[in-house]
Amino acid sequence: MFAYILKRLVSTLPVMAVVGLFVFSLLYIAPGDPAAIIAGDQATPDDIARIRAGLGLDRPFLVRFAEWAVNILYGDLGTSIFTGQPVIYLINQRIAPTLSLMLVTFVFAVTVAVPIGVLAAWKAGTWIDRLVSTFAVLGFSVPSFVVGYVLAYIFALQLNWFPVQGYTPLSEGFGPWLGNLVLPAITLGFVYIALIARITRATMLDVLQQDYMRTARAKGLGKGAILFLHALKNASVPIVTVIGIGIALVIGGAVVTESVFAIPGLGRLTIDAILRRDYPVIQGLVLLFSFIYVLINLAIDLIYTVLDPRIRY
Amino acid sequence: MDRRTFLKTAAGSGTIAAAPGLFAPALAQGAAKVLRFVPQANLANFDPIWGTTYVVRNAAALVYDTLYGVDANLKPQRQMVESEETSADGLVWTFKLRPNLKFHDGTPVLAKDVVMSLTRWSARDPMGLMLKGIQKELVAVDDRTFRWVLSKPYPKMLLALGKNNAPCTWIMPERIAKTDPFQQINEYVGSGPMKFARSEWVPGAKAVFERFADYVPRAEPASWLAGGKKMNFDRVEWIIIPDGATAAAALQSGEVDWVEQPLPDLVPLLRKNPNVNVDIADPLGNIGSFRMNHLHPPFNNVKVRRAVLMALDQEDYMRAVVGDDTSLWKRLPGFFTPGTELYSEEGGEVLKGPRNLEAAKKLLAESGYKGEPVTCVVAQDIPITKAQGDVTADLLKKIGMNVDFVATDWGTTIARRAQKTPPGQGGWNMFHTWHAGADCTNPAPYTAIRGSGEKAWFGWPDVPAIETEVTNWFEATSLDQEKAAISRLNKAALDNAIFAPTGFFLVNQAWRKNVSGIVKGPLPFHWGVTKS
Repeated sequence: MFAYILKRLVSTLPVMAVVGLFVFSLLYIAPGDPAAIIAGDQATPDDIARIRAGLGLDRPFLVRFAEWAVNILYGDLGTSIFTGQPVIYLINQRIAPTLSLMLVTFVFAVTVAVPIGVLAAWKAGTWIDRLVSTFAVLGFSVPSFVVGYVLAYIFALQLNWFPVQGYTPLSEGFGPWLGNLVLPAITLGFVYIALIARITRATMLDVLQQDYMRTARAKGLGKGAILFLHALKNASVPIVTVIGIGIALVIGGAVVTESVFAIPGLGRLTIDAILRRDYPVIQGLVLLFSFIYVLINLAIDLIYTVLDPRIRY
Repeated sequence: MDRRTFLKTAAGSGTIAAAPGLFAPALAQGAAKVLRFVPQANLANFDPIWGTTYVVRNAAALVYDTLYGVDANLKPQRQMVESEETSADGLVWTFKLRPNLKFHDGTPVLAKDVVMSLTRWSARDPMGLMLKGIQKELVAVDDRTFRWVLSKPYPKMLLALGKNNAPCTWIMPERIAKTDPFQQINEYVGSGPMKFARSEWVPGAKAVFERFADYVPRAEPASWLAGGKKMNFDRVEWIIIPDGATAAAALQSGEVDWVEQPLPDLVPLLRKNPNVNVDIADPLGNIGSFRMNHLHPPFNNVKVRRAVLMALDQEDYMRAVVGDDTSLWKRLPGFFTPGTELYSEEGGEVLKGPRNLEAAKKLLAESGYKGEPVTCVVAQDIPITKAQGDVTADLLKKIGMNVDFVATDWGTTIARRAQKTPPGQGGWNMFHTWHAGADCTNPAPYTAIRGSGEKAWFGWPDVPAIETEVTNWFEATSLDQEKAAISRLNKAALDNAIFAPTGFFLVNQAWRKNVSGIVKGPLPFHWGVTKS
């Protein structure tokens, strides 16, 4: 197992290298000029050219790429063009809100989605099943920013239960920390719940028709034991796969959700960096997200071995 | 879980959630000493000479002080300076600093700091560049006195040192001001009323300013950048909320105290809130515009540019940008800020009266326009540019022009507008923007009005008559002379249609009713503001 994990981790290196080259090239040819943004609206073309030179943006592609790649090997993701701060420092400033949001979203979504998916499969064809399906369709269809605004209007502005915006670190108390994350997590979790509930229902329907389920019922097992100990465990591999894929969805969705709720996380950092053409920050973030995806995939593969003893690496 | 247990649990959850203080916004005790402000944009860097965006200037006004500052009448008043002397021939200026001025690091503000700060500033500022061009000597005479020796008189000296247009003459310690003006500084030490709390700075999310205990405000009442900058807060927190709807909601819920630029669409909603005040942010307003590229067909032909002006209806633009509240906009048959002393409508007939599309089409036909595509670059991520771009596309089609509408973002627009290549090779024919009215009160900060050809602002109009009048304004020694020069300049600019003004408009600011002392001005002045 250890050898397998090591092999998978090592295999991420060429993936990251390709991602790095791709992102760097893409940003090089993409329109936009950070020097023009820095210089301000009244700046002359000459001012902009001098700022560009000062930033080293007038150097050839290969020189810039080589310098960046070498720095990466030393663990240096570069320095933000705008703030003058190291990219690692900026990521470190922003990672806690995003991880918090993802954690609360994940817990909330899985806690809600799996039971309602199981319930829909168990009550297939009934109004409960149709209700869950309707919810799933809504979850896929309604844009997350709309959900966010509606939730903020009802629960923050009208009921005053939660703050409208911002993030409070966990070190300042569990209540304030959670309070800032409830509405964003529901917003972000909406589509995630729909996705997991749908796959849970479909997989459970398939499992519930297997012969061993009939055997379980014949043995006199209770509904709970049949559904959660026998059926759900056997249905769990595709569910876990979708949960893993869904984390990618959550990272993408965090960009919008963090903007709507003004959470200072990596999603907003990404948007700000793209709009300003802060190349080192964009490159650092894409590398980070790529690495997270690779790790998630690895984690899912390892979880398979726990859920299904037949799977061995 | 049975139904009864579920209902009990749900009710309990509701009680917990409704309990005050659990999930409610964390407002610390003594919150009245903290001002929470939502700026117009993200404070992404904090070098006010290297980066000259408005948001950087506005933050710099808290941290750095200036030698002079314009008041609400746009007249420069002494700020860090105690006195000044001018030689009879106007060539030697000697300035003396106020006593006991200190930087945030505890060191005294000395004349050598001022000299180095002015040197850095003069490399980036249009007025500074003019001064640099005629400078013979800029030296510290003693700790509190510095002297500027020029080769020719510069009547606008005090305006240059006190203007509110970026970059202002922000004074920094000599060691920081030595930084190349095209490189970013990495230490933010000023002598203004607030210190920048760098450790709490999260670019894109928050910037914090703390009261500077050793700041000595002037005795005169505050008026814009002039007078005593008395701070009534221990902390000013700038909270960056990029989404306008969220900012408005945060203001309504009391999570923030003051929003610099609420979304125009949400202003009616804010007005209905009994806890919120809404009023004009800056009486000098803004001037909408689109630039035409004078280097390439069809806008290298003055007849085509004039045809567009003849057809242009500013009301269409203003309703698209601001809405139907006619108190917030007006037509602008000129280029300078309405209500200011140099405002002129000389030559503005082309923008006045009913629009005549037929006459515009006729002039277009006379110009020899043969239906070449017009590359119209429109930033979609900024409501003002998007609204103007949509109106322009419709306008051009109405007079028979072939529009190549390039929908893009502002970051791309400002890179593309710098391209002098033909539109088919990455260049452009027109783009939309707007100018702060404060930058359009006179030609000094108004780079967009210049007609210096290849050295001019994007679009590169080459109109020597404009440059002549700019020089006449700089050399004018009386208001009458200044007005005459600006009238002639306005006419030359309109006759040549150097760019198209699309109207004058105002924007609002909004604040909680427990906040008072907010004034209208070209930037959000935090001094004098109180919170109960």
